[in-house]
This record gives sequence, structure tokens and C-alpha cells, in this order.
Amino acid sequence: MDRSLLAGCIIFIVLLAMPMALPLIGQAYLTGLIIKAMLLAIAAISLDLLIGHGGMVSLGHAAFIALGAYAAAIGLESGIENILILLLLTLALTGLIALITGSLALRTSGVYFLMITLAFGQMAYFTLTSLAVYGGDDGLTLWSLATLFGSDVVQKGHGLYFIVLATLIVTWWSVFRISQSRFGRVLRAARDNPERTEVMGYSVTRYRLIAYVIAAMIAGVSGLLQVQHAEFVSPAMATWQRSGDLIVVVVLGGLATRNGAIFGAFFLVIVEEVLGSFLHEWRLIYGPLLVLMVLFAKGGLSDLVVPNGPVPNGPVPKQPVPKRDNGHSA
Amino acid sequence: MSTTLFLILCLNGLQYGMLLFLISAGLSLVFGVMGFINLAHGVQYMVGAYLLFAFTGLTDNFMLSVLLSLLAALLFGLLLEYLVFRHLYKRSHLDQVLATFGIIIFLNELAKVVFGPATLSIELPEFLAGSIQLTEQLRYPIYRLITIGIGVLVALVLYFTVSYTRIGMLIRAGATTPEIVSALGVNIQRLFMIVFGVGAMLAGFAGVIAAPIYAVEPGMGDNMLIVAFVVIIIGGIGSVGGAFVAALLVGLIDTLGRSLATEVLSLVFSPSFANQIGPALASMLIYILMAAILIFRPRGLLPAKGVA
Repeated sequence: MDRSLLAGCIIFIVLLAMPMALPLIGQAYLTGLIIKAMLLAIAAISLDLLIGHGGMVSLGHAAFIALGAYAAAIGLESGIENILILLLLTLALTGLIALITGSLALRTSGVYFLMITLAFGQMAYFTLTSLAVYGGDDGLTLWSLATLFGSDVVQKGHGLYFIVLATLIVTWWSVFRISQSRFGRVLRAARDNPERTEVMGYSVTRYRLIAYVIAAMIAGVSGLLQVQHAEFVSPAMATWQRSGDLIVVVVLGGLATRNGAIFGAFFLVIVEEVLGSFLHEWRLIYGPLLVLMVLFAKGGLSDLVVPNGPVPNGPVPKQPVPKRDNGHSA
Repeated sequence: MSTTLFLILCLNGLQYGMLLFLISAGLSLVFGVMGFINLAHGVQYMVGAYLLFAFTGLTDNFMLSVLLSLLAALLFGLLLEYLVFRHLYKRSHLDQVLATFGIIIFLNELAKVVFGPATLSIELPEFLAGSIQLTEQLRYPIYRLITIGIGVLVALVLYFTVSYTRIGMLIRAGATTPEIVSALGVNIQRLFMIVFGVGAMLAGFAGVIAAPIYAVEPGMGDNMLIVAFVVIIIGGIGSVGGAFVAALLVGLIDTLGRSLATEVLSLVFSPSFANQIGPALASMLIYILMAAILIFRPRGLLPAKGVA
């Protein structure tokens, strides 16, 4: 058993024990915080598939979380209560939109991909603000939540906690499997050298598109569960600053590592909570902290990446200067 | 819609476009010449606006405050370059995005702490506050006309500098082959610093100009940054001329779109539907334009020679 798998298992065992352990030390309210971190981790794992393995830096990933959340919220408002049907709705919507925007966005690469995903994210944001029936700018508070065949086990408390944890574990495991499969290896090959991969007979765009759609659907699921947890949706979920937060989580955790996204998500939530508890202006510390981590902690929190080393799963190597980037993938 | 209203909208669009040009020219040069993604460019715009607010409070002299703000914006840009940015030039784009994102978070919060979260406004001095008669029915604020003039002036100076002077030649050469320029004995680090300082000063200048027109508030640069990115993608990264054309295009489309989208839509759809969709569609127009440009003309409208 390798170390990263061991580390992952330890994280999950700790998380499993939390709902039982926290009340013993009188900190039961922390479960809400952990749910928040786990939801962030689910979305971050999906973004790592794009950035870490695919080399596609998306600045619009939060839009898919928001779309997933709105798909669920609109379903709920229309009287669909079963969470499995809502899940299908979410997956269908985010998958379809990712397929359309992805096939357009993937005509570009590098910095241009970052900009076009930003553009699509902004479009999603403005579309959501125009949904006057569903709260427009202000968002929508949901008075009834999804059920699992009439049972409220997926709505609150430990039921929701374990559903989110299970989703996290499934996401973590499947994205890892995907990254280790032939598909994942082609994706990384295309990240490191798209021309060579193309010449070897792989359609780089098709592989990237599939990864993009998978990542969007996972982000959508995170959005669906966010609705169950927060009982609220708003267009603010789709702003580019939220996408920026996701990139922070992925990069701080360590790119293309097994547990990096989880470390990053918990780091962000804990930093916000701890700094915020003794300093209202916690961002004054958080901002410079980010800068310092970029300047001095190159490998990310997950200490498994050898900085500057050509490891098989390693971080995106420094791309050629963008002026050489002609805007086409391959 | 009357001709007068249309004219006013066009002038407003031009004025907004000039502001966008001041911001995006610097962003485009920094991006094109150094390959550096500076998300913090938007907060430099905010810094300019707050500097003007602080200096007008201190000196009570508008023109002097503008000059002091420009100088301070330049120094602030150079300070950021020295402390953070120069360590990032050789790093991956992702690191640059992350570090400059951290700077945005810090400066937005700092502005909130120092000046408070409320929206501030700056009074124009009397000789700038009036408006002049353009046609029989059209009066237009002098200050906005001056803004348009300044934009044209800066564009000309930049274009001339980049195209015809020695430093402009070095900038263009540095954008294409930094190693060779460096090997020829040019201090490329200093060149980068100059480009960066000028870019920061222009963004600060845009903030100074915008402060009396728009609201001064924490986070005011965030949206401008995104629109500035849209501009340089449409215009072509690293191209001053492209930034100018694209900034005017974006300024006009955005301003006209916001006023006309609902009307145009209601020609085809029911008024209530048009009212609901219009504003969102108007906000989306420039992003749709950018996505279309990226798909069909990935290097932008006027790509810089050697850069693309």
C-alpha cells in the first residue's frame, strides 16, 4: 500500500469518526464546517483532473457548481423531490453544457483557454441573475429539500454528512482510477506535449473534452449537495472569484496528487475559520499567505510532488512563453 | 429613440472605452512582453481611485492631487514589482494567477479597512464640473469629453513610443526573443520593470479618471480587470493598437447594449420576456464577442507582430 493511499484512508477514517467524536468534546457544530470543506474538496478534485492532469486551467469551474445547484433548486421548485432524479437532472444539465462550451473552448489552449472558460463562466453568472422566477440577483432560499424516496435522511445532520463523505470518497477513488487509466495517461501526455500525442494517433481534443465533461458533472454534484447543506442558491456561486478560490485549493494542495485537493480544501476552510475567529479582516493575512506559499512552497501542501522533477504525475511544467502559443491546441 | 439619446450613448461608450483602453494597454504590454498574467492589474486601478480620494482630502487641489496620485501609483507598481512580481516571471501561469489573486484579496481588504466599506465619491473642481452645448439639444459633461481626449492622447503617445523609439524597439524585441535582447547587453530586468511601472501607472491613471465619475469602493477593480482581459483578448495580446480598437468596441457595445437590448428584444418577444432577458443579455454581449473572437480569430483583431 503506497503512502498516498494510506494518507487518503487515514483522512477518511478520521472523517468517518468525526460525527461521533465531535459531540464528545462538545464541538458538534464543527460538522457543518467539515461538510463545507468536503463539498469544496469534491469540486476541487474535479478541477484537479482538468488542471493537474489535463493542463487545462479553467477560470470558470465554479459556474458548473452553480449550474448543478440551480438544476437541483429548479427541480425542487417544480415539485421533484427525489434526490436521485435531481441528481440525474444535475448531471444531464452540467454534462450537456460542458459538452457544448467545452467543444468550443477546447479550440484554444493555455492562457486563451483560461480566458474563454472565464467568458463562459460570466455568461452562466449573468444567465442565473436573469432568472427572476428563481430569485434573480438575490438568489433563492429553498423551503423544501430533496428526499431519498420520501425519507429526509439526505437533508440534515449525520445523514447528509455521510452522504457527502460517501460522495467525496467515490469522487476521490474514481478520479484517481481515471488518472491512472490509459485515459489519464493520454491526458497527461497531451498536457506535456500535445503535438507528439496527436501524432501518436490520439485525438487530444476528444480526450480533453471527455475530461472537461466529467469534471463539470462532478462539480455539478457538489452543487447539488451544496443545496442540501445551505438550503440556498445564488448567482454568486458562479462568480470568477469562486473559480479563483477553487484554483487556490487545487494548487495549494498540490497538482495531480491523490489527496492534494482534499488537503487544499480543508486548509482553506480552516484558515478562513481560524483566522476569521480572531481577526475580522482575516483576508489581510490570507492574501499575503497565498503569495508567500506560491513563492516558497512550490510543491503544494501534499508533499508528494518533487518540485521541478519530472515525476510521472507531476505538476504542469512551465509552459512555453505564451507568445509562442498560437491559440490552437496542437 | 431620438438621435440625441443615441449620440449621448455613443459618447458615453467612447468615454468608457477610453477608460478601458488605459487599463488594458498596460495589461496587454505586461502580458505580451513578459508573458505574465497579472490579475492584480485591476486593484491597481482601484488604488489609483483611492489615491486620488486621499490626496484631494489632503491637498484640496484637484490637479495637484491627480499628479501626486499618478506618481504614487507608479511607485506603488514598482514596489509590487520589486517585492513580488519579478520573482514570478519565470514561474508557471498558474503560480502567477495564484500569487496575484492573493494580492487582490489583500488590497481589497486593505481598502476596506483603511477607507471603510462604503462607497466614496469625489467632487470635481468647478472648471471641470460643467457641461458644454454640442448640438442644439445635446449638452455633454466637459469632464467626460476630457476623458475621451486623454485616452486618444495616451494612445498616440504609446503607439509612437512602441513603434518609433529605441525603448519601444527594445520592448518589441524583448517580446519576441528576450534571451537575444539580453545577450546583446540590454538590461532586460530593468526593461521589464519600466514596462511594468508604466502599466501600473496607466491603470492607476484610469482609476484616477474614473473616481469622480463612478463609485469608489473596495473591489471596484475586479470587474474592470475581467473586462480589460476581454479587451486584450479581442484586440490581440501585446498589441497597443489592438487594445485601442477593442477597448472602443467593447465600450460602445457594452454601453449601447445595456440601453438598447431590452428595446430590441421587445421587437421580437413579449415585453415582459424582453425585460427579463434584456439586462442579462446586455451584460453577456462582450463575453459572447470574446468567445466568438477566440473561436474564429484566436490571435485577436489586430495581433501584435512577433508576439502572437
